[in-house]
Amino acid sequence: MNLVELTLAWLADPGHWTGAPGIPNRLLEHLLLSGGALALAGSIAVPIGIYVGHTGRGVGLAANVANIGRALPSLAVIAIVLPLTSAIDNQAGFRLYPTLVAMVVLALPPILVNTQTGIGEVDRDLVEAARAMGMRSGDVVRRVELPLAATAIASGLRSAAVQVVATATLGAIFGGGGLGRYLVEGIAQRNDGMTYGGVVLVAVLALAVEAAFVLGERLIRSPGLVRIESSRAASAA
Amino acid sequence: MIDIVWAVDHLDDLAGRVFQHVVLAGGAVAVGFAISLAISVWVVRRRRGRAGLLTVSSVLYTIPSLALFAALVPVTGLSILTAEIPLTLYTLVIFVRNILAGLDAVPGDVLEAADAMGYTAGQRLRRVELPLALPLVVGGLRLASVSTIGLVTISGILGDRFGGLGFFIFEGYRRTFATEIWFGGIPVIILALVADLALVRLQRRLTPWSRPVAPVDPGRGVAAVAAS
Repeated sequence: MNLVELTLAWLADPGHWTGAPGIPNRLLEHLLLSGGALALAGSIAVPIGIYVGHTGRGVGLAANVANIGRALPSLAVIAIVLPLTSAIDNQAGFRLYPTLVAMVVLALPPILVNTQTGIGEVDRDLVEAARAMGMRSGDVVRRVELPLAATAIASGLRSAAVQVVATATLGAIFGGGGLGRYLVEGIAQRNDGMTYGGVVLVAVLALAVEAAFVLGERLIRSPGLVRIESSRAASAA
Repeated sequence: MIDIVWAVDHLDDLAGRVFQHVVLAGGAVAVGFAISLAISVWVVRRRRGRAGLLTVSSVLYTIPSLALFAALVPVTGLSILTAEIPLTLYTLVIFVRNILAGLDAVPGDVLEAADAMGYTAGQRLRRVELPLALPLVVGGLRLASVSTIGLVTISGILGDRFGGLGFFIFEGYRRTFATEIWFGGIPVIILALVADLALVRLQRRLTPWSRPVAPVDPGRGVAAVAAS
């Protein structure tokens, strides 16, 4: 059998679609782990990004933190955390926490940078107009800055999500769940069907996550902003 | 928890693996840069080829590295190619984006002036366009180097002959030996940060007229902030 046939045969085998090592369960593990890490990172980075973007305080610090975060290699982060968490918990300390920590650490910089620049780049005239209309700081953030920065924040979440899905795959090296298991086991057992089945599943998941976020970004664009931009485009034409 | 004696005993191994790490990363970055330069120059004025290239490269960049390494195992076996091809492919994506962005940023009237002075297309590229694109090209080099240093670690999945410092992470995990895991993990991070700082310096030296430019990160929506 050639590679394509092997892959299709592995994917089509009903035995690979049930139970704990089955595809639906591995996919669910992958999604839960990624979603959890993204939610955690978002709930830390978005408020900080809003604060920094709104007040302009700590812009340099946030940029430096984000830059260092970007340079961190994911596998090395998992590796450094692993001995610490495994000393605390013999099970989850190996399989879950190190990957989760790495995912959150790596997801923070893109969300932070995008939120902060998105909020910071909102037209200052609009912010002044909002204040002149009597809005308090909180209202300015909620009703002016956040809607206008929504796409920037969403695109930060998108890069973070793609990164998180890839890091979740690495968790399988240290016995974690998720679709990465097929890659690790496929290579170790020299089972080309499983390896390629895993490659297909992981690649499709990553692209689907990216596509879902791109779609989401379109949906949350502020209607007012869309109107302004389309009228500008019309007058420019 | 830390076995100092073991660490001191294995400093030779550490030096060897640092060397391997740098060679694996450097090879991928060098080959990736050469190919990207050729592709970018070829595609910069070709609208359709360019759109296609950017689509293919962003799809490629989205695919997790472990999957790309795994995808090559049945084809090229556990060989050096299996390690180097994915590493090179990711650098291509970064370089092509940045070289194209750099070339795009060259002002139109500068190009016209060069043409009016009688430069041929090749001369204009070498003497005008590439020098002006340099800040972004070096920015791309920085991003590609740092990300490749991280990815070399993952190539340890292909066996003991690969992985650079990642070897210690894989072996340390197999032996549940914390010292060895850190012996690999901490130097990788130091190496990545040192490379990042060194290349910011290089950026300043090569292009003293411009502040370090934030490179185009293919995985990021908004351009990241340059280190100040």
